[in-house]
Amino acid sequence: MIAELLTMTALPIILVGAMVGIASSAVGTFLVLRGNSMLSDAISHSIVFGIVIVWLLTKQQSGPVQLIGAALTGLLTVLLTEALASTKRVKQDTAIGLVFPALFSIGVLLLNIYAHDVHIDTHTVLLGEIGFVWLDTIDLFGLPIPQALVSMSVMTLLNYAFIGLFYKELKLATFDPALAKTFGFMPSFLFYALLMLTSSTAVAAFDAVGAVLFIAFAIVPASAAYLLTDRLWMMFIIGALISIASSISGYYLAVLLNVSIGGMMAVMTGVFLTVAFLAGPRYGVITQLVKRRRARRAPVEPPSSI
Amino acid sequence: MAWLELLSDYTFQNVVIGASLLGLISGPLGCFAVLRRQSLLGDAISHAALPGICLSFIITGSRDIGGIMIGSLITGSAAALIMLMLTRLSRLKTDAALGACLSIFFAVGIVLLTYIQGTNNASQGGLEAFLFGQAAATLRSDLWVMGSITLVTLLVLAAFWKQAKLVTFDAQYARTLGMPTTAIEASLTAMVALAVVVGLQMVGVILMAAMIVAPAAAARQWSRHLGGMLAIAAGVGIVSGVSGATISTLSRGLATGPLIVLTATAIVLISLALAPGRGLLWGVIKHYRQKAELQKQQLLYALYKHATVPKRTPSTLGSRRMLNKLKQQGYITRTQSSAHAGTDCWGLTAQGQEEARKVVAAFEVLAS
Repeated sequence: MIAELLTMTALPIILVGAMVGIASSAVGTFLVLRGNSMLSDAISHSIVFGIVIVWLLTKQQSGPVQLIGAALTGLLTVLLTEALASTKRVKQDTAIGLVFPALFSIGVLLLNIYAHDVHIDTHTVLLGEIGFVWLDTIDLFGLPIPQALVSMSVMTLLNYAFIGLFYKELKLATFDPALAKTFGFMPSFLFYALLMLTSSTAVAAFDAVGAVLFIAFAIVPASAAYLLTDRLWMMFIIGALISIASSISGYYLAVLLNVSIGGMMAVMTGVFLTVAFLAGPRYGVITQLVKRRRARRAPVEPPSSI
Repeated sequence: MAWLELLSDYTFQNVVIGASLLGLISGPLGCFAVLRRQSLLGDAISHAALPGICLSFIITGSRDIGGIMIGSLITGSAAALIMLMLTRLSRLKTDAALGACLSIFFAVGIVLLTYIQGTNNASQGGLEAFLFGQAAATLRSDLWVMGSITLVTLLVLAAFWKQAKLVTFDAQYARTLGMPTTAIEASLTAMVALAVVVGLQMVGVILMAAMIVAPAAAARQWSRHLGGMLAIAAGVGIVSGVSGATISTLSRGLATGPLIVLTATAIVLISLALAPGRGLLWGVIKHYRQKAELQKQQLLYALYKHATVPKRTPSTLGSRRMLNKLKQQGYITRTQSSAHAGTDCWGLTAQGQEEARKVVAAFEVLAS
């Protein structure tokens, strides 16, 4: 029966979409909290460079080599950015804006040169094609499981294993880096490890959703969760739930309107962010308005005399 | 001969003029974005242009450049405004708001793009070219539109030069003077959207961010004045645009956008290394000069205080080189010292005595 379910096209696609969201929002949560969200933008663009280089060296388009290559490219992006910013000649955001377009351009040019024998083209790189994940399956436990689902599940496990292992260190490094450093938790090392996981997740998500939509899955559910709760562990749960809900609703809307499935899933994360922004129980705009109005109507009590 | 042929080529002329116009508008406006620490806003605005392009196509049913520009201007500015709203009204920080706007608007663009492809409209072909730009497809009529946008933008900038400058460097002071700072800031941001619009055809929505940031970052190294920075940024933008377009035409097949961006990046790296005053290379040279000067002063001081030193005294390679250099300059000489039983010693010459006295006097002023 499970085999039947998997051979249906809908379930693998929804599962892959949800997995992309769960894995990316796990690392995205820390990026949002640390104020480094745009690094996901930089990384997701510059791993195009990494993918092409690894492909040229090993002729492998996916698999562990690509994941490691992506992790190194992500690290390279961040190190180049920090090197530029540390010259004090350009600001941090300018440095990001200089590094990733350059790496992305080199990647695109290499694709241009070797286009005749590369299977990955710029279109796939940017947009991905989640609708075709069920075409590329491998047999596990006698079931045809989409390869993208396997790689995304591995990345989800890796991300959550890392977060689970270093939960209190990551928490402290995120909210009080100075204290974490005095305790010897090496916050910058943790941060680099996190960024390497981010880029590996990005490359695993690549086939499914492409470079730009990965940013949506990494940042938007985490941002929505940030508007809804004050607890770190709650952010992961809300992020994962939003990812699953976006994946399901995005798939059916996309099929209904005959549009890009990955794009529609990303749009749905945006819808959830809007809802959280407007109607969040504590920080939502509407809640704030109601609170302000109530405060205005409430009779001002005279200061009690001593 | 090949060059003449190239220069008279109709497509090449169009591409070069387009690239120059792009540099002319993106350089100066990028300066304001970079100075106001909004470098990545250009990235968000350019990604957000995609839904505008698609919407205008859905409404007008054609790839008319005017409609596409208006559409992308509207969605680009909308993205910037929503970004501002997210940061003002919620506790999201700028980076998260930027990332969210960028990716969601782009996702909407992708959805619209696939919707258009699903409708099988014959004239939709090549809409995807706006992702990476399609410089070779630039028409003369497009150039007129791009040129007038550039001209109007630069004229507006010149008219409100004083206000823009003050808001960029000291917004609070501008507010106390009664200037409408929010309106000025909003229009500076909207003008970045205009630059993006001009660049759509040339470099595409993805790489437009670099055309905002790179010329400005390069120009910042060469000038300390806003006016100079703007002029240099425009120059850098034009040079990288034209050379990128030329390389692309000569190589036949390499995309124009990435080449323009890489040229601009190369100019930034050169500027970082070589710009007078701020360049990293000058910093390194200055460091070594100061080190040598200090060593010279220390040696003269030591020789002055201790009269003569036996030449056999173990010395480091650096100090031996410095001793030889001082000898060449005529400050010290080898003498026979009575104190060390006639061995070969270093001693100050008359010229050296005088120089050393100056050094000692300077040291003593510092010490007192």
